[in-house]
Amino acid sequence: MTEQKLTWKEKIFYTTPNDDRSRMRTVANNLILHIHPTKVAKPALRFSYTWGLGGISSVLVMFLILTGVLLMFRYDASVENAYTSIQYLETQVAFGALIRNIHHWSANLLVVTSFLHLIRVFLTGGFKKGRALNWALGLFLLTLVLAFNFTGYLLPWDQLAYWAITVGTSLLSYVPLVGTAVSNFLLGGPEVGQTTLRNFYAIHVAVLPAILILAMSFHFWRVRKDGGISQPEPGERERVEKVTTIPHLVQIELAATAVLTVVILVWAIFVPAPLEALANPSHPPNPAKAAWYFMGLQELLLHMHPLAAMLLPLTLFIGIALLPKLDTQEDNIGIYFRSHKGRFAALFGALIGTILVPLAVLLDEYWLDLPGLFPTWPTLITTGLIPLLATLAMFGLIYGYFRKAGKLNHSEAIVGLFSFIMTSFVTLTLIGIFFRGANMALVLPF
Amino acid sequence: MTTQENNLSRRDFLKLGIGALSALAVLEMGGVSLFFMQPRSLVGEFGGIVNAGPVDSFPAGSVVEFPDGRFFLIHAPDGGFLAVYSRCTHLGCTISWEADKNQFFCPCHASSFSTTGDVQNPPAPRALDLFAITIEEGQLLVNTGSITQRDRFTTDQLTYA
Ligand code: HEM
Ligand code: FES
Repeated sequence: MTEQKLTWKEKIFYTTPNDDRSRMRTVANNLILHIHPTKVAKPALRFSYTWGLGGISSVLVMFLILTGVLLMFRYDASVENAYTSIQYLETQVAFGALIRNIHHWSANLLVVTSFLHLIRVFLTGGFKKGRALNWALGLFLLTLVLAFNFTGYLLPWDQLAYWAITVGTSLLSYVPLVGTAVSNFLLGGPEVGQTTLRNFYAIHVAVLPAILILAMSFHFWRVRKDGGISQPEPGERERVEKVTTIPHLVQIELAATAVLTVVILVWAIFVPAPLEALANPSHPPNPAKAAWYFMGLQELLLHMHPLAAMLLPLTLFIGIALLPKLDTQEDNIGIYFRSHKGRFAALFGALIGTILVPLAVLLDEYWLDLPGLFPTWPTLITTGLIPLLATLAMFGLIYGYFRKAGKLNHSEAIVGLFSFIMTSFVTLTLIGIFFRGANMALVLPF
Repeated sequence: MTTQENNLSRRDFLKLGIGALSALAVLEMGGVSLFFMQPRSLVGEFGGIVNAGPVDSFPAGSVVEFPDGRFFLIHAPDGGFLAVYSRCTHLGCTISWEADKNQFFCPCHASSFSTTGDVQNPPAPRALDLFAITIEEGQLLVNTGSITQRDRFTTDQLTYA
């Protein structure tokens, strides 16, 4: 064989063959690589299309499993020893704090990346053209991610853990019919205790990982079965260029994984995962806040009857799951915001969300007192039904406004409404995180 | 012809049999798991009856906390007793007694309750839950296994010595 001059790309991938056919064969025959097709559409590789969010989430799941297994060797799921085993981990075990920090921050980041992934899939219409099942699967994955965080939260058995889970499981008992049974099962007693800790541990390290791995495999397989990720419709006589997976896709994935590894590692080295005082069932901390990603829900709870505060997100969740049925216009698939007008609608929706939500919070905090106005009515109506219906009516109004005044089509108006709902949710979360102080009173963070 | 039909129906029979047996097996395993996962009975928790002490050790108008029994003993100005569960009726945080403001307060979502356990400030949806009180030979016995929910305070909830 004659000496070849190698490009830097070939050097990095020096073990891979450098003709297209053997590259394709490598992908098809490799255990890990074969989740990919042998060739991918070139436009699908644009980073500014997917932002790599699904891939980043997958890598985070990998980090979580690796560090989680390590943590299991040092953690003790008993009320007496859980907290000390974490303290021991933090101070005595070599790299104990580092492993815990990686696990903690990866879990937090995963909530962010899977949420952003959902937003990106929505904005590009990635749920269209036969992708309804994968959209639903994705929502299921998001629920799993939240369930992981909820169950993992209790394990350190510190004040934060104890009271967040107390509030979370009490919330369950407001669910009609099954709520009390599920909450009793999870708690295994009248309050958060040893049985609760053991239940949560089993769910966190065995039940959820098994389901997650199955569901993720299903999710990836569906992406391929749906003909790869969504793309704009090619024009009349246009042909979409296809390139081989090695190196074009694999290279991006490796680079993203490397960057993510460095970011997480540096973050974990410098920012310790929080650990508060040992759980004390007779004294909640003040303020007793939920984990940050549940703070939007917590803020809702300050304003609404628990049943309403749960019905509202539930309604939205069902609405989002049904999106493929609600927005069936297929010719705008693969285009961010559907169209130029859709982009405007999203911007406008976000704007009214960031303005209306703080106003509504202030109004309810300082001025509006529905139970005081109608003292004889049950709170289920005054703080439950009335605000719930008002919120839903607001959604209807905004959609109607986009259709009538904005002269948008159905698909674009949904983008505006979705943007309003998501920014409202994020704004509520930010209010809960930064503007609630002692006694849950409104305060300025600075 | 007939043998073929017979063959087919035998195959169908076996298929049906396997299907039915599998379904039965799944049901059984499901049933076993359900029973296995059953929470143990919740009746009579918190060690049951707590002796709070002699009746006359609580001056009228006093509020005394019993952290292990998870309740506050309230001696109303008119002489009646109430034992309120220290669990907030909103979402289960532990309330504390603020003597200077004469109210119970929950730090989780800022509910407050009056000396009789009535809601002063939502989001709590109903007054604090009650434990049953009996008085035997001058001793106040609080049954922490028997929880009563109520919407608001009424005088018939008081127990007199
Ligand atoms: C554990 C969390 C998740 C992981 C690991 C994951 C992983 C992935 C990956 C690797 C892709 C390929 C494209 C890309 O990278 O963007 C993808 C696509 C997709 N995901 Fe997810 N995902 C998760 C959660 C979700 C959620 C919350 C949703 C939304 C409800 C969702 C819906 C979809 C859909 C519909 C596609 C196809 C998108 C298209 O064709 O444009 N996934 N996912
Ligand atoms: S738990 Fe007491 S106010 Fe919410």
